Amino acid sequence: MAYQIENTQQGEKYNTIFSKVPAAERRKRNSRSRLRKRILLGTYIVLLMLPIYWLLNMSLQTNSEILGSMTLWPQNLTFDNYIGIFTDSSWYMGYVNSILYVVMNMIITMLVALPAAYAFSRYKFIGDKHLFFWLLTNLMAPPAVFLLPYFQLYYSVGLFDTHIAVALAHCLFNIPLAIWILEGFMSSVPKEIDETAYIDGYSFPKFFVKIFIPMISSGIGVVLFFLFMFSWVELLLARTLTSTDAQPIGMIMTRTSTASGIDWGTLAAAGMLTIIPGILVVYFVRNHIAKGFALGRT
Amino acid sequence: MNNKVQNNRAWLLVLPMLVLVAFSAIIPLMTVVNYSVQDVLGPNASFFTGTEWFRTMLNDPALHAAFGRQVAFSLIILAIQVPLGIGIALLMPKKGWQASAVLILITLPLLIPWNVVGSIWQIFTRNDIGLMGWSLSELGLDYNLTRNAGDAWFTIILMDVWHWTPLVAMLCYSGLRSIPEAYYQAARIDRASKWAVFRYIQLPKLTNVLVIAVLLRFMHSFMIYAEPFVLTGGGPGSSTTFLSQSLTTMAIGQQDLGPSAAFSIIYFLVILLVSWVFYTTIMHMQKDKNSQGGA
Repeated sequence: MAYQIENTQQGEKYNTIFSKVPAAERRKRNSRSRLRKRILLGTYIVLLMLPIYWLLNMSLQTNSEILGSMTLWPQNLTFDNYIGIFTDSSWYMGYVNSILYVVMNMIITMLVALPAAYAFSRYKFIGDKHLFFWLLTNLMAPPAVFLLPYFQLYYSVGLFDTHIAVALAHCLFNIPLAIWILEGFMSSVPKEIDETAYIDGYSFPKFFVKIFIPMISSGIGVVLFFLFMFSWVELLLARTLTSTDAQPIGMIMTRTSTASGIDWGTLAAAGMLTIIPGILVVYFVRNHIAKGFALGRT
Repeated sequence: MNNKVQNNRAWLLVLPMLVLVAFSAIIPLMTVVNYSVQDVLGPNASFFTGTEWFRTMLNDPALHAAFGRQVAFSLIILAIQVPLGIGIALLMPKKGWQASAVLILITLPLLIPWNVVGSIWQIFTRNDIGLMGWSLSELGLDYNLTRNAGDAWFTIILMDVWHWTPLVAMLCYSGLRSIPEAYYQAARIDRASKWAVFRYIQLPKLTNVLVIAVLLRFMHSFMIYAEPFVLTGGGPGSSTTFLSQSLTTMAIGQQDLGPSAAFSIIYFLVILLVSWVFYTTIMHMQKDKNSQGGA
């Protein structure tokens, strides 16, 4: 399959030696199988994009057109739904709130996860394996389990309905994930680098910031992508820990359904706008993302 | 790695992380344990009940049903997503701008907030304004997910496959990219069939990422909440009510602190146990294979 696409020249050489099938026939077969792959992949991507396209389609229509007739694309293109969101502060503050707590979470997680991942990748210390395993168990904790205690805990310390509360709550799964991925990337950096730097007279903090962090920058980019992803998509905790001042966009979207029916156009436009930050983030890390998905371990 | 230095001062590097995770994991978990063994009647009125709540929860028929649905759901989506993900990873181009474009498009569903995923599918499957619901109705099929439990299940599984197959595909893609070209050349010299290449070169290299994929998918599907909540609200009836939704209804809706805390602990332990058993079994299998001198 895959090997037929790459190195066709070398493949040709082997084929002429070992294959009874003539080279021309072989090439034709290769191009046919490549075409089949393209078609299959293309079909999958079209199916993947269909629901998103439908959302986009609806976000560019007025409610009367949405409910009036079935149209595969907007007949009267309108941006009113988007304009409505951008001119109403109770709407766009939802995006600001979501982005604020996601960025806070990314900063907090990185600050504590970088040294911890370094410790796990470089040193043996009492209880290291148990600690690592315990960290991973936090990834398996259903957010629903923590709903009530979080509410009470953050309420009692006066953090309820603040961005920092959501950012801290998302640390529950984001810190273990960050340490897990960073440890993989850090372990692939040879230890000799650390030793040489210490011999050259670098102190630990200086070495860490000046030499080590730049070396694993692609890993850090990938981790930031994952932190963004899991904090951005989570709603159950974010919704429970906020009421008005720090409400995430996902919660504000529920306002579109009122007694007089659902405001489909605005709902679709708001949904489209929640997809855009994700596209931006994935674009920045596209070259490292494949390695990142294997948690830095391939 | 075996060449790590023994140094207990490394604890200092771990300490800030530990304080934070303790605040967001240990304290809340202790609260849950505390509630699970008490009957809380008011701020200062609670008495010790021991294992009573646990016994109640373990014998609750509604929870048995939710648990059964949850297990069925997780097994079905794993059975679909893992083979499909491998297949898609094999189709993905390896370099050039097409590779980047395909990567970005395929990752897209993973970056949509979960409740928006629910909304997208709610819109998409409506009979009056949704492309899929409308097309199925036009074809003369009696498709209605708010009335028909079978349709609701079909839609939720389709939604989850849409949402999460990209994760499996991305993991497999990164595993496939780590296979050196020399392996394929050797296979070509041996005139190995495509199936043999897949079975003896690609699949073994995918084992590690597939373990991660199955673990992540099992964990996430077992905790699923927002998507079915938005799409079906757990209905029709309670045919698509999964464990997280039962738990939130009990804890927030009915404020049954003791029972829901006991439920939480059982729920968490089940996920831990299944993940641990799966992981250790796979690791033992790999160790056996290696000790037999296989690849």
